[in-house]
Amino acid sequence: MTTTATIGTTIASDGFALDPADREMILEERGHYPYPQAACIEALKIVQKRHGHVPDGAIPAIAETLGIRVADVEGVATFYSLIFRQPVGRHVILICDSSSCFLTDYEELRDAFTEHLGIQMGQTTADGRFTLLPVCCLGACDRGPTILIGEDLHGPVTPGEIPRLLEAYA
Amino acid sequence: MATIHVDGNDYEVEDSDNLLHACLSLGLDIPYFCWHPAMGSVGACRQCAVKQYKDADDDRGMLVMSCMAPVKDDAYISIADEEAKAFRETVIEFLMVNHPHDCPVCEEGGHCHLQDMTVMTGHDRRRYRFRKRTHRNQNLGPFIAHEMNRCITCYRCTRFYQDYAGGEDLGAFGAHDNVYFGRVTDGTLESEFSGNLTEVCPTGVFTDQTHSDHYTRKWDLQFAPSVCHQCASGCNISPGERYGDIRRIENRYNGDVNGYFLCDRGRFGYGYVNRKDRPTRPECREIDGEARTMEVDEALDLAADRLRGARRIIGIGSPRASLESNHRLRQLVGAANFSTGIEAGELARIRRMEALNREAGLATPSLCEIEQCDAILVLGEDLIQSAARVALSVRQAVRGKGAELGAERGIPEWNAEAVKTIAQDAGHPLFLATPDVTKLDGIAAHAERLAPDDIARLGFAVAHALDSTAPAVDGLDAAMSRLVERIADALLAAKKPLVIAGESLGSMAILEAAGNIARALGRRQRSDAGLTLVRREANSVGLGLLGGESLDWALERLETGDADGVVILENDLYTRLPAPRVDSALGWAAAIVVVDHQRTPTWERANIGLPAGTFAESDGTLVSLEGRAQRFYQVFDPSYMRPDTRIRESWRWLHALHATLERQPVETILLDDLTQAVAEDAPALAPLHQNTPEAMFRIHGLKLAREPHRYSGRTAMRADLDVNEPRAPMDLDTPFAFSMEGYAGYREPRREVAFAWAPGWNSPQAWNKFQDEVGGHLRAGDPGKRLFTAAAAGGDYYTEIPAAFKPREGEWQVIDLPQLFGGDDMSRRAEPIRERMTPPQVALNQTDAAELGIGAGDAVSIAVDGTRFRLPARLSAGLPPGVVGLPAGSIQEVTGGLTPAAVRWGAVAKADHDSQAPAGEARP
Amino acid sequence: MSRILQSAGERRAETHPLTWRLHDDQSPVLLEEYLDTQGYAAVTKALEQHTYESLTEEVKSANLRGRGGAGFSAGFKWSLTMKGEGVPRGYIVCNADEMEPGTFKDRLLMEQQPHLLIEGMILAGIANRAKQGYIFLRGEYHLAAAAIQRALADARADGWLGADVRGSGWDFDIALHTGAGRYICGEETALINSLEGKRANPRAKPPFPGQSGAWGLPTVVNNVETLCNVPGIVNHGADWFQALSGDLSSDGGTKLYGVSGKVNNPGLWELPMGTTGNRILELAGGMRDGLTLKSWLPGGGSTGFLLPEHLELALDFDTIGKTGSRMGTGLLTVVADNQSMVSLTRNLEEFFSRESCGWCTPCRDGLPWSVKLLRALEAGEGEAGDIELLEQMARDLGPGKTFCAHAPGAAMPLASAIHYFRDEFERGITRPKGEAHADPIPVGSV
Repeated sequence: MTTTATIGTTIASDGFALDPADREMILEERGHYPYPQAACIEALKIVQKRHGHVPDGAIPAIAETLGIRVADVEGVATFYSLIFRQPVGRHVILICDSSSCFLTDYEELRDAFTEHLGIQMGQTTADGRFTLLPVCCLGACDRGPTILIGEDLHGPVTPGEIPRLLEAYA
Repeated sequence: MATIHVDGNDYEVEDSDNLLHACLSLGLDIPYFCWHPAMGSVGACRQCAVKQYKDADDDRGMLVMSCMAPVKDDAYISIADEEAKAFRETVIEFLMVNHPHDCPVCEEGGHCHLQDMTVMTGHDRRRYRFRKRTHRNQNLGPFIAHEMNRCITCYRCTRFYQDYAGGEDLGAFGAHDNVYFGRVTDGTLESEFSGNLTEVCPTGVFTDQTHSDHYTRKWDLQFAPSVCHQCASGCNISPGERYGDIRRIENRYNGDVNGYFLCDRGRFGYGYVNRKDRPTRPECREIDGEARTMEVDEALDLAADRLRGARRIIGIGSPRASLESNHRLRQLVGAANFSTGIEAGELARIRRMEALNREAGLATPSLCEIEQCDAILVLGEDLIQSAARVALSVRQAVRGKGAELGAERGIPEWNAEAVKTIAQDAGHPLFLATPDVTKLDGIAAHAERLAPDDIARLGFAVAHALDSTAPAVDGLDAAMSRLVERIADALLAAKKPLVIAGESLGSMAILEAAGNIARALGRRQRSDAGLTLVRREANSVGLGLLGGESLDWALERLETGDADGVVILENDLYTRLPAPRVDSALGWAAAIVVVDHQRTPTWERANIGLPAGTFAESDGTLVSLEGRAQRFYQVFDPSYMRPDTRIRESWRWLHALHATLERQPVETILLDDLTQAVAEDAPALAPLHQNTPEAMFRIHGLKLAREPHRYSGRTAMRADLDVNEPRAPMDLDTPFAFSMEGYAGYREPRREVAFAWAPGWNSPQAWNKFQDEVGGHLRAGDPGKRLFTAAAAGGDYYTEIPAAFKPREGEWQVIDLPQLFGGDDMSRRAEPIRERMTPPQVALNQTDAAELGIGAGDAVSIAVDGTRFRLPARLSAGLPPGVVGLPAGSIQEVTGGLTPAAVRWGAVAKADHDSQAPAGEARP
Repeated sequence: MSRILQSAGERRAETHPLTWRLHDDQSPVLLEEYLDTQGYAAVTKALEQHTYESLTEEVKSANLRGRGGAGFSAGFKWSLTMKGEGVPRGYIVCNADEMEPGTFKDRLLMEQQPHLLIEGMILAGIANRAKQGYIFLRGEYHLAAAAIQRALADARADGWLGADVRGSGWDFDIALHTGAGRYICGEETALINSLEGKRANPRAKPPFPGQSGAWGLPTVVNNVETLCNVPGIVNHGADWFQALSGDLSSDGGTKLYGVSGKVNNPGLWELPMGTTGNRILELAGGMRDGLTLKSWLPGGGSTGFLLPEHLELALDFDTIGKTGSRMGTGLLTVVADNQSMVSLTRNLEEFFSRESCGWCTPCRDGLPWSVKLLRALEAGEGEAGDIELLEQMARDLGPGKTFCAHAPGAAMPLASAIHYFRDEFERGITRPKGEAHADPIPVGSV
C-alpha cells in the first residue's frame, strides 16, 4: 500500500525546483527506513544544505518525492528548530542560551553579538552574511559560553574575541 | 463487565472502555476536549482528570486522565475530589490564556463546547495579565471560516481531517505555544468532509461559512429532525431555520447511520431552499404567454378544469420526493397511470438492486455496520463522489485493521495514537475497480482501472473464483486472473466481507456481477457478508418499492396520444431524458401540471405550476440505499414569516387537486394517514406504519418543541407585518410544535430529536446525553425502519457476461463520472456548492489524448447522442484507453440536455483553433 | 569538544570502563586500536556464550541504571521487550540527543570512542532480538556524526555489523539518524516519532516502546552512556560492575560526572557511582574568582536546585532522589552567590517553554505563563500572588498531570528555587500583598 511518487522534475509555483542530485539523495534516504515519512527530516536538511533554508516550494516537492502529505512535511518543517523556513545568512550563528552558558555570561555575549552585527536574535545582517539564533545546550558546558557557527563549535567565547572569530566566515 | 466506584456510588460498566467513556455513558459529567466518541483518546488536553485510588482504603489517590485510564474492575475513582476539580479548573485557565474571549462575536457562542466546559470547571476569573499570542487566519474556501486565535490546541481537527477522513491538506504546524492548524497556504479545504470540522472543533476556530453569511444563534433557530435529500445515503440532519430561511445544517446523530458525521454536499447543499427565484405562489402559463400568479383556489380550479378535459391523465413521480407525495400522485392518477419519473434503464437497475438486496442472500449493512467490515470489493463506484458518507464508512472499515492489530498486543481500541502506530499503513483489504482514479485509492489494497464492461467481468470472475458453479469468464489475462484470486481469497478470509456496486456507471452487468458475488458468498456460508448497492437519489429505493412505470413509458403515452394530461411531481424531466424527446412529448400534452419547489425547465413548461415545499417545508418518508425508511419533518411553516407564500407540501397539493378534480370538498388529511396508505398499497413498504411516532406521540402530555426554550423575539419577529403576534402554526401531522412549547429534554427516550441540547451541554456534544452509551445508539433506538431482510442464500447466477471492452477506431465510450458537488439536481442549485463544482471538462486517457494531439486544458469537441459540444480536456492517468468521462450533473449546464445514459459512444476530436464557440458551449 | 580531566595514566581498564582507552589529545579511538584493547570481545562472548535471556539477566543483575537521567534499570527494561517466536524483531535506538542543559558527557563518548557505543548497541540488539539499530544523534553534533559514521563503516567492513555478524548467523546493523533540533526528542517516545519523520510529540505509555515502538515494532531506547557500559558488564560480569561503586552506592558501575558554571576547572571525570558532590567540586578546582557557591543542580536543567550542604551526599539516583531533587545526568551546574536565582529560573523555564512540543495543555500554555511571571519578578514588576501562582504551576506541571516528563522537569527547578530562595523572588514584587487580588482582572479583559 505504499504510494509511489512520480519521478520527474518538480517545479513549484514559486519557481523552486528540486535539484536532481538532491532528489536522488532523498530517494536514497527513503531506502534507509521502512516507511518514506522517516526520510522527511533528512530530506528537509538536504534541501536546506543547498539553499541555506527550506523554500516554500520545497515542501510540496519533498512531499511528492517521498509520496507523503504536504501538510505533514510542513508540520515537520515548522516543528524542528534547525529547519529554517525563511532565508538565513550564509553563516548561522547559534548561541547557546541554556543554563550553564547563562551562568557563564551568555547574555553579555549575546548582547555583544547583536551590537557587533547590528541585528537582533532571529535576524540576518543586511549583507546576508550572518544570522543570529539561540540554540539549546550545545553539550559543551565546560566551555561556556559556547556558540556554533556552521559546523564549528567555539567556547568559551568572550565578547572581545567576536571580531576576530567572525573573520574566518566570509 | 466491571464494577467501578465513583464518588461512593457503584456502577456496572464495560471493561473494554476507558473511564471517561464509562463515566459519560453513566451520565456523569467530566469535562474533556481532545477525546471524541468517534475518535478515541490521545491524552493531550489533560482536561478529564479524575482521582483514582488503589483500593477502598486509599485516601490519597492520584490524578489520572480518565480518557487514558482503562476501566478496571473494583476501581475507586472520584470526580468530585478537590484536587481533581482544582486541576481541571487550572487546565481551563491555561487553555484560556491566549483565547480571545470573544464569545459575543463568535459564531460558536451558545453552542460552544469550550464555553460549556469552562462553566463546568468553575473557571471564572482571569489571572493571566500578559500579552496574548495571536495568529493570522486563512481563507479556507466557501464552506469553512477560520479564526485560529480561538484555538485551544486539542488536535481534534487534524485527527478528524487526516486520520478519520483521509484529508491531505490540513495539518498542525509549529511547536510549543505556537501551534497552528491550517493549510500550508491559503486555499479551499480539499476534503469532502471538511464541514465536520465545525462540529469536531470544540470552539470557534472552524465555523460554517454558509451559516456566517446569515448568522443566527443556536437558541434562535427552529429545528426539526430531517433526512438529507442530497443522495441516497440517508444521513440524519438537523436543519435550523430563522425568518423563513434555512441558516445551517448540522449533523443529527443516528448510531446506525451517519453517527457524528456528514459530507459537505449534505451539510452545505441546502442553498436551493433559500433561492429567491423559487416559485412561492401558483402560476398559470397560457400558450406563449407570461406566467401569471394566482391564489390557491383559482389555481386548483384551473388545474382541475384542464385535467378534466384530458382523455387520460398520467402522473410522473420523482425519486427526490417523499413516498407520501409520490403515493398521493399515484392515488390521483390511478396506479395504472403512474410513472416513477425514472428513466427506464435506471428503473430496471433500481429494481434489480432491490431484488438483489432481498434475494441475493446477503444483508444490506448500515453505514455503521460497514465500518465493521474487514474486506471490501467496490465495483464501479467512485464512492466519494456517488455516496460520500458511505466512503467515509468504508475508510473506517479499512482502518479497523489497526484495532485488530492493537488487540493482539493488548492495546485497547480507544488508545487512538497507539492504534495508529501499531497499524502504520496496514488496513483491511479494499479492492476498487473503477474507470478513473478515486480518492479512496490511497487506502486500497488494489485499485484497478477498467471500462464498465471489464469491471463487470472482473466481478463475474470473482464470483466464479468463490464458487465454481458461478459462470466463468473467458479470456482474462494472467494479471487479471491473479487479481481475481486475490480478491476472492480476501473476501473468503474475512469475517465480514462486503461487496459494493451501484448505479453510477449505469451498468446492469456490474450489478449482476455484484449479485453473483453475493450469491457465491452466500453459498460459501458467509452469512455475515454484506451487499451495498448505491442508488443515485434520496428516494430511488422508495420509488422502486412503491412501484410505477418508467419515465420513458410516460413520455410514450404522451407521444402516442394515449394520454394528454400529465401531473409532474418534483421532477425535472430534462435531467433524465434528452431535451428533444421531453420537448416533443410535453408538446402533445393538453394539460401539464407541475408541483415543484424549483424553477426548472420542466416547471417552465407547466400550464399550472403549484409551489411545493422543499424537505425543509414538508414532512414525508424516504428510503435510503440500505433500505431504511426514515421520516423527515417540516422545519418551518413558510407562510409564517412570509404570509404571501402559498408553498405547501406536494402531497397536500395533490390531495387538494384530487379532491377538486372530483368536485369534492378538500378534507383535512394527516401525514400518518398518508403513510398508512402507502404501507397498505405497497407490500414492500408494509412495515412503514410502524416507522415513526405518530402525530399523537406525547411526552408527559406535551408535544415536542422545534425551538429551544431560549428562542427569542417570537413576539417581535413579525412586527413589521402585524403588531399582533399570530398564533404559532399548528402541526397536526407530527408530534412537533412550531414553538418552544413542548418537550425538548433528553431524559425521556425519543427517537426523533430536533436539536440536541441538555443542561450544561449546548454544543453538538450534547448528543452524548441522548445515547445509551456515548457514541452508541439513541436510547429510544435509532430512527428509521429497515425494509430489507436478506433471504437465505440461493437464487440462480446471472449468466450474461459482457464481452471484454475493446476500444473502437474513431469512437469513444462516453461514461458519466459522478460528482459530489453539483452531481445532483438540487445541490447544483445551491450557491456555496456551485463554487466547489468541478468545471465541466472531458476526461481522457493520456495516451488517447496524445494521439489526438490534445493537451490538458485544450478544447475538445465531442459529439454524442446527437449533441455536439466543446469542453476543456482533463488528462487522466486512470481512464482506460477508448473511454472518456464526463462529469455527471454539471455537464447538463453545458450541453443543455445530455442526460445520464448507460452505454453510449461518441466522437472526440481536438476542437478547431479558429472555432468561435467558447469552450463549454453547446452547438447544434 | 569536552574533555575528560583525568589523565590517561589515571584511567585503567578495571576501574574506568568508559574512558580508559581515551587519548589525552582527544583523538578518536579507531577500530584497530579498539580491537587491540578488548574491543568487540563482549560481542564475541555474547554470540558464543549467551542467549538473549542470559544476556538480559547479566545486565539486570549488574544493576545498570539508565544514564540518560531517569535511572530506570536497563536490564529490567530489556526484560520487558516483547520478543520470541512470532514477535517481529524490532529496533534498538540509542538516545544520543544530548540536549539537557548542563550535560556534556555523551558527546565525549561518541566523538572519541564510537566503537564502545556500537559494541553496546550490538549487545543490546542481541539481548532484545532487534533487527536494526538507530543512533538518534542531535543535529548539532557534527564531529560526533563524523566519528560514528566512520566507526560504523569500519565495524561493518570488519564484519561486526550487517548480515551474519562474524559468521554467527546473527544479522544486525546500525544506522545513524541525525536530528533537527528540539530538546523533546530526548524523550524516548518523542524520539521514536522523530525517528519516524514525524513531529516529535511524545506517545502515550502504555503501550511502552518495548511493546509497540518504532513503526509499531518492539523497540528499546537507551542512552549513550548506558549502552557504553554494557560491553564491560559482558566482559567482566555483573559482580565486577556492581563492585565498581564499592560501598559508595547500591547502583553499579562508574559514572561520568562533570561540572559546569563558574568553577576553576570545569570538565568531566569517570568516578565510581556514588561519589559525593564535594569530591567532584574539589576536582573541578572549586569556585572561580573567589566566588561562593550558592546552589547547584545535580544533573541538568530538569533537576531540582540543591544547597551547598547537599554536596556531602553521594551522587546516585536514590540518595539525591531523597532530597526532592533527582540525580539526572550527574553533571553538576553550579550557581555562585552573585547570580540571581530568579533570572536563572527564568532562563530555565524559557528553555522548557520554548522546547515544549505543544501537545499537552499544562506544558504548552502553563510554561510560557510562568516565564512571563518570572520576567515580571526579574524586572521588579511582580504582583502579590505571583509566587503562589508559580508554586501552583509547579504543582500542576508535575508528574502524572502532563503527558510526558518534560513539564515535570521544568517544575522541579521552579519549585526548588522558590523553596530555597523565596526571598529572592519576593524582592521582585512591588505591589503590596493583597492589593493585586483585591481587584482581580475579570475574564474578558486583555
